Amino acid sequence: MKARVHVTLKPGVVDPEGAAIARSLGRLGFGGVEAVRVGKVFELALATSDTDAARAEVEAMCEKLLANPVIQSYRIELAD
Amino acid sequence: MKTAVIVFPGSNCDRDVAVALRAVTGTAPAMVWHGDSVLPRTDLIVLPGGFSYGDYLRCGAMAARSPVMQAVLEAARHGTPVLGICNGFQILTEAGLLPGTLLRNAGLSFVCRTVNVEVATADSAFTRGYEAGARLRLPIAHHDGNYFADAETLDRLEEEDRVAFRYVEGENPNGSARNIAGILSRSRTVLGLMPHPERAAEPVHPSTDGRALFEGLLGVMA
Repeated sequence: MKARVHVTLKPGVVDPEGAAIARSLGRLGFGGVEAVRVGKVFELALATSDTDAARAEVEAMCEKLLANPVIQSYRIELAD
Repeated sequence: MKTAVIVFPGSNCDRDVAVALRAVTGTAPAMVWHGDSVLPRTDLIVLPGGFSYGDYLRCGAMAARSPVMQAVLEAARHGTPVLGICNGFQILTEAGLLPGTLLRNAGLSFVCRTVNVEVATADSAFTRGYEAGARLRLPIAHHDGNYFADAETLDRLEEEDRVAFRYVEGENPNGSARNIAGILSRSRTVLGLMPHPERAAEPVHPSTDGRALFEGLLGVMA
């Protein structure tokens, strides 16, 4: 099965890259952008077809490597 | 005094720090490849600057999980001093040996210049060669040196006198919280800092203010 992991900055963590993108969007005429936060998406192809096992394993991957819990949170989507 | 420098794919200050260590200790450090799982007997471990693993994922994230780091963590637990410079500091936070993390510089630019840094505490093996409040000229060269930790962690670092170096007020080059340039572990035996003392250790360098850091270690561990 496949897993998609969204890693995003926790609220309160400054995101200078997102702020620069927001300013750039403003210069392009997109006046309605109040804030931009930049994150990462990981697409994983997993050998297992057991949803519970996959979720537990991907959570462990997030805790150990994919996300830095000091500044980031993560969300996992699973699909067949 | 025996020293060891860990070399990761993408390290680029490993030789600079080796030169500084040899100049001060009289002995060449052991250069330990990141894939090794055993460390030689050593009185000091240095994680050098550079761009380990091409800064993939997050700066220092991959290096912090490389095979040699289990041995580094074990040695640190037993009190062997660990010095992380620049990318080494990033690796130490990713490995959990130091709190917080290093974010992208507030100005988004890679900053490469000599900055004014203040010694915030002389109470450690790394900083005992300085007087608290001494002002040093040290080079920095990084894209992700913006020290971040939650307010509670920052308060604790200050209460426990664990801020080792600060950028001089008004000259913070990267947006670091509370002007922090380097911090100590609770045990005071692990130091991570963004400035490069090894590039300020020889008469041909723009400054020799970094040399006392290595000399201070020599006095403790000889």
